[in-house]
Amino acid sequence: PRRLLTAAPPALVPSGRTGDGDGAPRPLYMDVQATTPLDPRVLDSMLPYLTAYYGNPHSRTHAYGWESEAAMEKARKQVADLIGADSREIIFTSGATESNNMAIKGVARFYKSRKKHIITTQTEHKCVLDSCRSLETEGFRITYLPVKKNGLIDLKELEAAFQPDTGLVSVMTVNNEIGVKQPIHDIGEICRERKVFFHTDAAQAIGKIPMDVNDMKIDLMSISGHKIYGPKGVGALYVRRRPRVRLEPLQSGGGQERGLRSGTVPTPLAVGLGAACEVAQQEMEYDHKRVSQLAERLVTKIMSEVPDVVMNGDREHRYPGCINLSFAYVEGESLLMALKDVALSSGSACTSASLEPSYVLRAIGTDEDLAHSSIRFGIGRFTTEEEVDYTVQKCIQHVKRLREMSPLWEMVQDGIDLKSIKWTQH
Amino acid sequence: MAASSRAQVLRLYRALLRESQRFGGYNYRTYAIRRIRDAFRENKNIKDSEKIEELVNKAKANLDVIRRQV
Repeated sequence: PRRLLTAAPPALVPSGRTGDGDGAPRPLYMDVQATTPLDPRVLDSMLPYLTAYYGNPHSRTHAYGWESEAAMEKARKQVADLIGADSREIIFTSGATESNNMAIKGVARFYKSRKKHIITTQTEHKCVLDSCRSLETEGFRITYLPVKKNGLIDLKELEAAFQPDTGLVSVMTVNNEIGVKQPIHDIGEICRERKVFFHTDAAQAIGKIPMDVNDMKIDLMSISGHKIYGPKGVGALYVRRRPRVRLEPLQSGGGQERGLRSGTVPTPLAVGLGAACEVAQQEMEYDHKRVSQLAERLVTKIMSEVPDVVMNGDREHRYPGCINLSFAYVEGESLLMALKDVALSSGSACTSASLEPSYVLRAIGTDEDLAHSSIRFGIGRFTTEEEVDYTVQKCIQHVKRLREMSPLWEMVQDGIDLKSIKWTQH
Repeated sequence: MAASSRAQVLRLYRALLRESQRFGGYNYRTYAIRRIRDAFRENKNIKDSEKIEELVNKAKANLDVIRRQV
């Protein structure tokens, strides 16, 4: 059994070693905002549906279908319970990207005869921004609210942005790059007063901080499986029934998931998502306390040893497990490469191919050079104190080393104001 | 009741820790050990026999989960 479950993909050297041939152990994983490992309890819940219980949950005529459907419905309830919703309000999707697309495009298109305006923020996930951009080509008007230097939106600006034909407001709960937590309660209140639907991308928040769709007056919520120690390839969309939110479906077909999302629901993945939600609910307090302690440890240690480090995003209104630090006078990519035995990222995974600094950092007003010097540290359920200490030690070591080599750092030490330098062309 | 005796609970605790040591992955192994210790420590003063039985059953279920994956 052990060999089966820890089998490495064929191209790589057998278990525990990286493929680069130097026999080094695998890097420490400090990138939980990109994805999380499956919790063993989640894997356990999925196994039966990946082996013996493989029926299609929509098969009405035999036990294979019935048991698969029962498992799917149980999972649906587990997801609903985590957010204070009713099972009938949960639609399974392929992930938060699909949920975001469905929510934004679906609501916009359904109500388009009377509502042509949408409000969102500049720090949303790419899939939200891109969905909005595509709606612009369909004739919708979008307001992209700026954020303050701390990453939070200004509620007064939000109120001022409403127009008579605003149909939807979309603001993510916890940002995946800098970890800031938006004032969801207040936003929900504002939207409810004006009878405008409120959608939130809760992929990074759910299971980590308490979320209640009624308390927070949320009408639509996107959920991602692989951010909460569940499987990749599954997510959910919460769609309020009272007052009813209508959506034009994105995906046509056999009418599954209340006609909103046709396609066979992948039972093992749905079961995994449900189990992940249940485990998260049970472990939320314990995890939050630990993650907060480890985050405090990481930040305090780094900042006490190394000067000129900036934490991006509000210090207080945040989820502690997502820490984005800018190390002045150090180039982010070189620091990441130096920290080769720690898996980290600068900016989010979906934009890592481009050389541009993160739009989120630009939105909070980070200087161009500081934006290039940013690293995101992710602390999760399975992160150990030893991993944090090792990461901190290596980070401090390499920041100091890279700064020693930097002519800019030398100039700063000599008291030169870098902004006053007139750079000449060669 | 046999299942809730102090000796039974300690046996369960040791079995859970022993099985957890067999996790191949560092993060799973350390999490399991840490979580088990913290959970037993947190519940060590529970007196209500019904609650104890519930917790013992949960622990047994978790032991099975670990056994299936190590």
